[in-house]
Amino acid sequence: MTVTKPLPHDSGSMHVSGAARYVDDIPMPPTTLHLCFGQSPVAHGVIKSLDLTAVRAASGVVAVLTAEDLPHANDVSPSIHDEPLLATGTVHYIGQPVFLVVADSHLNARKAARLAKFDIAERTPILSYDDAIAAKSYFEGGPRTWEKGKAKPAIKSARHKLSGRIAMGGQEHFYLEGQAAAALPQENGDMLVHSSTQHPTEIQHKVAEALGLPMHGVRVECRRMGGGFGGKESQGNALAVACAVAAAQTGRPCKMRYDRDDDMTITGKRHDFRIDYEVGFDDQGRIQGIIFDQYTRGGWAQDLTAAVADRAMMHADNAYLLPNAKITSHRLKTNMQSATAYRGFGGPQGVVGIERVIDHIAHHLGRDPVEVRRANYYAEMGTTPAQPNTTPYNMEVKDFILNQMTDQLMETSDYAARRAAIADWNATSPILKRGIAFSPVKFGISFTLTHLNQAGALVHLYADGSIMLNHGGTEMGQGLFQKVAQVAAHRFGVTTDRVKITATDTAKVPNTSATAASSGSDLNGMAVLDACNKIRARMAEHLDGGAPVTFENGRVKWADEDISFEDAAQRCYANRVSLSATGFYKTPDLSWDRDAGTGRPFFYFAHGCAVTEVVIDTLTGENRILRADVLHDAGASLNPAIDKGQVEGGYVQGAGWLTTEELVWNDAGVLKTHAPSTYKIPACSDRPQVFNVDLMNTENPEATIYRSKAVGEPPFMLGISALLALSDAVAACGAAYPDLNAPATPERILKAVQKVRDGD
Amino acid sequence: MNITFLLNGETVTMSAPPTLTLMDWLRQEKHLTGTKEGCNEGDCGACTVVVLDTSGVRALNACILFMPQIDGMAIRTVEGFGGNHPAQTAMVEHHGSQCGFCTPGIVASMVAGHANGRTDHDNVLAGNLCRCTGYAPIIRAAEATTGAPKPDWLDTDREWATNAAPAPTTVDELAQILMENPNATIIAGATDVGLWVTKQLRDLKTPVFLNKCAELKQITVGADAIHIGAGVTMSDLHPVIDEHLPSYGELIRRYASVQVRNAATIGGNVANGSPIGDNPPALIALGATLHLRRGNVRRELPIEEFFIDYGKQDRRPGEFVTGITIPKSAPDLQCYKLSKRFDQDISAVCGCFNITVTDGTVTAARIAFGGMAGTPKLAKTVMKSLIGQPWDQATIDAACAKFADDFTPLSDMRASAQYRLDTAANMLRRYYAQTQGVPTNLLELRV
Repeated sequence: MTVTKPLPHDSGSMHVSGAARYVDDIPMPPTTLHLCFGQSPVAHGVIKSLDLTAVRAASGVVAVLTAEDLPHANDVSPSIHDEPLLATGTVHYIGQPVFLVVADSHLNARKAARLAKFDIAERTPILSYDDAIAAKSYFEGGPRTWEKGKAKPAIKSARHKLSGRIAMGGQEHFYLEGQAAAALPQENGDMLVHSSTQHPTEIQHKVAEALGLPMHGVRVECRRMGGGFGGKESQGNALAVACAVAAAQTGRPCKMRYDRDDDMTITGKRHDFRIDYEVGFDDQGRIQGIIFDQYTRGGWAQDLTAAVADRAMMHADNAYLLPNAKITSHRLKTNMQSATAYRGFGGPQGVVGIERVIDHIAHHLGRDPVEVRRANYYAEMGTTPAQPNTTPYNMEVKDFILNQMTDQLMETSDYAARRAAIADWNATSPILKRGIAFSPVKFGISFTLTHLNQAGALVHLYADGSIMLNHGGTEMGQGLFQKVAQVAAHRFGVTTDRVKITATDTAKVPNTSATAASSGSDLNGMAVLDACNKIRARMAEHLDGGAPVTFENGRVKWADEDISFEDAAQRCYANRVSLSATGFYKTPDLSWDRDAGTGRPFFYFAHGCAVTEVVIDTLTGENRILRADVLHDAGASLNPAIDKGQVEGGYVQGAGWLTTEELVWNDAGVLKTHAPSTYKIPACSDRPQVFNVDLMNTENPEATIYRSKAVGEPPFMLGISALLALSDAVAACGAAYPDLNAPATPERILKAVQKVRDGD
Repeated sequence: MNITFLLNGETVTMSAPPTLTLMDWLRQEKHLTGTKEGCNEGDCGACTVVVLDTSGVRALNACILFMPQIDGMAIRTVEGFGGNHPAQTAMVEHHGSQCGFCTPGIVASMVAGHANGRTDHDNVLAGNLCRCTGYAPIIRAAEATTGAPKPDWLDTDREWATNAAPAPTTVDELAQILMENPNATIIAGATDVGLWVTKQLRDLKTPVFLNKCAELKQITVGADAIHIGAGVTMSDLHPVIDEHLPSYGELIRRYASVQVRNAATIGGNVANGSPIGDNPPALIALGATLHLRRGNVRRELPIEEFFIDYGKQDRRPGEFVTGITIPKSAPDLQCYKLSKRFDQDISAVCGCFNITVTDGTVTAARIAFGGMAGTPKLAKTVMKSLIGQPWDQATIDAACAKFADDFTPLSDMRASAQYRLDTAANMLRRYYAQTQGVPTNLLELRV
């Protein structure tokens, strides 16, 4: 089986030799121009005048464009057209693109962009949660509420009650390759765009609007990205559109890449959240009723905030059956970067909310948090639930496997014995304290905007038996191309070296969805399978009139014939059989009423669980992850090596979000952590010292591609166990509940230690 | 200026614009695009190249390396590793690349580490950020390279670099140049000045490079003292300090990253006067002497007196730091670096304690901090409250209350003022606990 093999990433040997090309590496004609945005220096205000004299006079400057110079649409929003490429009169955050410099070099463009003289009538910016709430500064007109059962009376009648709040920060994507795009004018006004994007079709759409062209006039290509993580779902629009507009105006190729500081200042990040909770529960910690108020700062434009906030609501249950739940979501509009998609897409924030509640309950009852978690789990797949096994949005949970996964991980991680040993150790260690915690994840797989759950593919079989593969998914390091190539190779019974993986190209497969929502291999794998099946069927029809033909080990066999795959291809070609096919897939059985908050938005759930052990220094709050044990459900894995890579990387990225990665804005709205010198993603030594990662490797009950499961986002949430373990370590310092907020920087940990010690 | 260097086995001679970075030249002029721009400030390592000169094999960040600095060096970019270097094959076999963008830099660091026989992979790779893998497979790959044969090109590059070593500049010549250009921008490792160019987009006035001044690169270990030339890199200093002053050695291990330590000099870290440089607190706690020279006039001063105010040092136009003298032994010295991340991070607080206790009484104390004021600074009131007192908890508690008399720190994105004050005092508690045998170092904890 070519599927299920732990084959290396298709570009691995090109990565290690520097031969893998990213947008900025593509050779460009010598006439190429380079772009840089001039950015708003204030968080909110009306531009009274903008003096660009010095910008225009600067060395190497060819043109300077403002909103008035744009010939057609001035919009790079992926949603409600509220995001102009260049500001129109009012500026809404520090870093907002106001004008566009076109120059003969990247450096000259950057230098010139800093020479503008702004005269801006400043308005008071809305920056904090409280300011936004007080000003009723909401997207979508106001908060959104979904309710299952009756939460308030259920809490009231419960034996125990708690309330609290957790705040968690956002997260900079810090893809190692910054945003980049290049546009090359073609004949007849057409435009070819290279973009580091997760969403080539949207780039095509936005460029076409900006140039006043039909979509067929724009071709967008993306071979690979140097990381995406959601940050290249919509945030690449501005660069691609800027390049296309400048290229159309000058008739010359145009390229733009953000310097890292510009990238971090201009682009959106993960949404930060503040979650208030009220919960009622019984002696075992079983939740009777729960009320969540989720607040998030969406920044200045809507971007994908509505969908992100929806997914946060949908994951407010995580792995737990909540009989009565009321979830209210407040999507706040603030004068900051427009928060955007980031791995998990709101899911992690919702999960942190409920995991905090469970932890709080366990602390209150003096119970092991694992017991409380298990007491609240959904009923296991194959068992008969005692009560309706439904989510707060009324979807029946039919594939839950965390009971058995938890059993397995408890054993392999030796959780119980280690927990006892840590308690003993802490009793004799006055300064260093250790903590251990378990957390599960159940993550819904599908785009919640149902129509996005479709994909196309294009497969050519050439007469020499080589295969060219194309589909709508993009490669950002997650190994999608490799996994899908394994599907194609498997279907034709050949090895993957026969399959050429080509750049994602809107001219080959149209109307694609973003490579997002962990959907890449589910959707595109199936579309490719469909295309391969069509070609196989035509070959079988020709070779043996439709009787069973097998494709295995590079051979094609039927009746008593046994020929090589290339001979079969040659024979079919010579007999005028079409060896090219498109494939298509749409996820079945989805229905979702967003306004009512009810339906089946997800095709299935993916699961995972982790046990993390940490140590903290109670004098400074410094901390380390000592060990992590992970068990993750990738279904029947298409490529266990690649999937394990997603799990390890997801865990560390998730733990980074909740520990060292802190976004700091000052009172004027300046992002102070705008470079890796001040914004700290995990470094090599921050990975767990001991890091045991296993895949569950059981088949998806739903008919996904070879019964595999999506694996991009779910493991990110395994990092939550690190936050809970840090909280556990803090709890060893005194009787009070730590109430640790995220990111749990040394400073926040020390503050929590001080609070717990003071018995506050 | 004209420079000659070896690039992937080919000799290059060119006239080098003084502030053109090697990364920009490789990518834009040579179209060698394997070397990646990740941050353009030396913090991510995507631009790492391998450099060989008479001092050995080093990994350097090409994004903050100016062309004049590479004169006489043999440079290897990822395109020059041969494609089958053990680090390259191991990275593929162990699934060490995902998006691949950090990979050339990771491979370069591994190639340099492998050439030097390093097995402390966390240190070797501390300056290479990867956002995809969580590092686990990269470490598996690094471990797999141990003992694998070294590539032949190391020998040919070494031979070239040995023959091509440019004539050194003497300190006398340097003093003369700086007298003639008193407002010159002095560039040693460029790990700080580099950012003036790549981030602030400044045009440097009269850059003067120190890299050829061999005399400034000497370390002299005497009977009681160590003299460190201003041009000694943190990497070259590290093993010497590790041997004689292990806690300061550990501070240097956590000083930025391999790539930065390979370029950064101790003179630069002192002369730039930064309130958050990690060497000054240690040097002040040690009672170091700073040596300066202007023309033929030499002077020396206690290092703490060099730091007058934020952005203001006791250095006259044309004057330059020639070296630093420190005691060879300081058994009571403990250095504590506090930052959000352990590796490759700037200190929120850096506290260095050198407290002598004789027969249960504090007889001497030098305590210095970075990150607590506009300059690196002694905690004089705290020191005073300790000296002459019994070495016990009551003395520590009393001294901890004095930190607010010595320091009024700022709040910024690294830490709040209150946290800085609290942790500065807690570092004294930690120091005391250490003397009582209480475990305090979480980096030593293993499970």
